[in-house]
Amino acid sequence: MSEIRHPNKEELNEILKNNALVLVDFYASWCMPCKMLSPVIEEIAKEYEGKVVVCKIDIDENEELANEYNIMSVPTVIIFKNNENVEEIIGLNNKSKYTRALDE
Amino acid sequence: MEDTLDIAVIGGGPAGLSAAINAVLRNKSVKIFTNALNYLQKAEKVDNYLGFYNISGQELMEKFVDHANKLNVSFEYGKVIDIMKYNDMFMINFNGKIINAKAVVLALGITKEKMLNNEEKLLGKGISYCATCDGALYKGKNIAVYGNADDIIEEANFLSSLGANVNYITVKKDIKGLNQNINVINGIISDIIGDNKLEGIIINDKYIKLDGLFLLRNSIAPNSIVKDLILEDGYIVVNRNMETNIKGIYACGDCKGKPLQISKATGEGLVAAQNAAKYIDKLKEMI
Repeated sequence: MSEIRHPNKEELNEILKNNALVLVDFYASWCMPCKMLSPVIEEIAKEYEGKVVVCKIDIDENEELANEYNIMSVPTVIIFKNNENVEEIIGLNNKSKYTRALDE
Repeated sequence: MEDTLDIAVIGGGPAGLSAAINAVLRNKSVKIFTNALNYLQKAEKVDNYLGFYNISGQELMEKFVDHANKLNVSFEYGKVIDIMKYNDMFMINFNGKIINAKAVVLALGITKEKMLNNEEKLLGKGISYCATCDGALYKGKNIAVYGNADDIIEEANFLSSLGANVNYITVKKDIKGLNQNINVINGIISDIIGDNKLEGIIINDKYIKLDGLFLLRNSIAPNSIVKDLILEDGYIVVNRNMETNIKGIYACGDCKGKPLQISKATGEGLVAAQNAAKYIDKLKEMI
């Protein structure tokens, strides 16, 4: 089963260190566009199972992480390749925008 | 989740109203999502709409709305922030509420305001179009609110209630209903400063440091509402069936190009609605 992880700061650092491709969705419970994006992220987690580690981070519960990654709008999705922030996708976008960033 | 609409019409001007009544006549469920005001209402005289010689914009608009009401078209007033395709459906973020629709007709009119320098670059990096969406991120931060939105005072008060230090920038002298702890700055923003994130703005030749800038206008650029929508010179590109580059999204009226005239808008509204209806019937066949 595809799994979406909800890491804290230490866990996220571990995940980023140990996985080549990671997608992190920064969201908030009160954010409508985040809710709209949610099924898209779930689909991506399923389709890219084994290739991408998909994480979701609630910015209200993890303020430190939100500050560290300078999140000023939700949803913000960051794609990490080999622990490097390669693309930051702000706002609600079509699924292809996320999958394109992963496929590149 | 609410029931899925057949057709969501975005915009309540002549094009949107025409699309809505034609959708009803094709037995489709339809709703209009719109701002309170339309440019036509402000037109003093309309001289070229056939059958209504020398009528005022206000009067003609009332007749259009009356026609829609007689056909039980329903309206919701507010702002559309995002539209996203998800499988064979569209999710519309309307005032922070999700509306589902099978097809979308964009009848947005035209944006008269120009984008500010660096606005596009810093959107989501300190610049926001939506107080309800991003307001909570600016608690305790220094922000400014700017724009011509009808509800800008309420939005400024809302942001202030979330705990942000709010500056309201406006050229208006007579401001009513603004919370007392909001600082009013009279002027026009001439530049936005920042590279990877917003740093501040230039107003009346003075630099003001900011964490956030809420640009609240009555209309948002079409490709900001619908990502990947193809525009040309600011107008939405459609074919003769009023289809945009995104399947299931149609555009009509001023937002898709000149001449910016009522009879063109109502005609295009009809074409858009009929093709949207056909598209929905085809979707049904496929299921």
